[in-house]
Amino acid sequence: MKFTEEYRNPELGQRLLARIRHNSTQPIKLMEFCGGHTTAIFKHGIRQLLPANIEMLSGPGCPVCVTANADLDHVIAFAQLPDVIIATFGDMIRVPGSYSSLQMAKAEGGDIRVVYSTQDALQIAKDNPDKSVIFVGIGFETTAPAIAASILQAERENIPNYYVISLHKLTPPIMKAILDLGEIGLNGIICPGHVSAIIGSHPYQFIPDNYNIACVVTGFEPLDILLGVDMLTSQIETGQYKVEIAYRRGVKPEGNKQAIKIMTTVFEAGAANWRGIGTVPNSGLKINSNYQRFDPDNNFHVVTHPPKEAAGCVCGSILRGVKTPLDCPLFRNTCTPADPVGPCMVSAEGSCATYYHYGDNL
Amino acid sequence: MCLAIPAMVKSIEGKQAVIDIDGVTRQVSLELTPEAKVGDYVLLHTGFAISIIDPEEAEETLRLLREISEVY
Repeated sequence: MKFTEEYRNPELGQRLLARIRHNSTQPIKLMEFCGGHTTAIFKHGIRQLLPANIEMLSGPGCPVCVTANADLDHVIAFAQLPDVIIATFGDMIRVPGSYSSLQMAKAEGGDIRVVYSTQDALQIAKDNPDKSVIFVGIGFETTAPAIAASILQAERENIPNYYVISLHKLTPPIMKAILDLGEIGLNGIICPGHVSAIIGSHPYQFIPDNYNIACVVTGFEPLDILLGVDMLTSQIETGQYKVEIAYRRGVKPEGNKQAIKIMTTVFEAGAANWRGIGTVPNSGLKINSNYQRFDPDNNFHVVTHPPKEAAGCVCGSILRGVKTPLDCPLFRNTCTPADPVGPCMVSAEGSCATYYHYGDNL
Repeated sequence: MCLAIPAMVKSIEGKQAVIDIDGVTRQVSLELTPEAKVGDYVLLHTGFAISIIDPEEAEETLRLLREISEVY
C-alpha cells in the first residue's frame, strides 16, 4: 500500500457520490479551511461532481495568502539590511507587500535564499558565520513544530547567527473568528488534515458544541474528500453535530504529542494580523521569553512605511469565504499567476491561483 | 503549504532518517516522530516526518469505502 493511489479509485468515488446525492436533501454550505483541500477539490473536479445543493466555499488556510502586508513589509525590510541572509520557503518569494517583494529585494542585491526545510536554513547559518540568517517562519500548526525544532537545534549546537521571524498562524482561533463574523452561514467545515496530524481533532470541539456546525477532518486524496463530505452530509441531515475524522491513517484525536511539546517549548500564543480579517487575539505563535535571542526584532532595527493594499484586490474577502475569485475585477485580467496582484494568486494553494488553473468550468 | 506526502522510512541514524518516495531518497528529521521505525510510512512535511501512517486505519477506511460501494 502506498497510501495514495488506493484513495483515488474512480469506481468507489462514483458510489460515494451516489450516496451523497441520495442522502443530501437540503441546500448546504461547506467550507474547506485548507488551501491544500481547495487545490485537491478543483484538481479532481469535485465541485462539479457534487450535487447542486452542496455549495463549497474556500477558507483562509493558505499561510502565504493570510500574511498581512505589514508583516510582509517587515520581512522585506530585514532583507534590505547588510550582512543579512533571508531564508524562506519558496511560496513567499513573489508575494507582493505594500511596496516591494522578496523577489524585488533580491533583484536589488538582497541575499534571499529559498529553502525546502529549516535544516537547510541552519546549514546556511553554519556556512556563513559572518552573516545573520533570518528564517521567515510562516505556516500553520503543520509547519510550526519543524520551525520550533530548528530553534532548539540552533540552541543545542550553539549557532549564534540564526533567527526566526515568527508569523505562524493558528487554525481553531481563526475558525472561531470567521464563525463569529457570521458572514457566510456555514453548515459544515472540512478541517485541515495535516494541521490536525499535529493538533488532533479535539481543538475543533467548540464548532459543533457552540455553533451547531458539522465538522470532519479529512485527507487530500479524492476519496478522502468525498468521504469527508459524506460524513458532513450525514451529520447535517441527522442534526447530530460532532467532530469526526475521515483521515484516521494520518490523524489521531490527540494529535502528535511530541510535535505539540516542541512547538509549545519555543512558541506561545499571541495576537496575529490576518489579511482581510485584521488582528485576532491568540491566533498566532510568538517566540516565548526563553528563546527571545532568536527573535530578529531583538537584534536588528528596521523601519517600515505604513502598509497599503493593492487597489481593487479582494483577497481579504476571498479568504473569509465572502467572495470568490470570479467576483474580483482583476482576476484573469490584470492579476494572473505570471503577474500576480494579490497573494491568493501567488501561492500555488491560493484560491485565485487554483481557480485560474482548474476553474474553467465555473 | 501544509502539503505532506507519504514516504517510507528506509534507515534511521539518531534523529535522522533516509526515506523513499517512489524511488527518490532523501534525509529527513524524525524529531517530531521519534517512535518511527524502518519500514513505517510517515507523512513528510518540510523535511520532517510529522505523523506515522497507521496501516490498520488506512485499511479500515478502505473497507468502509468498499462497504458503502456495495449499497450505492
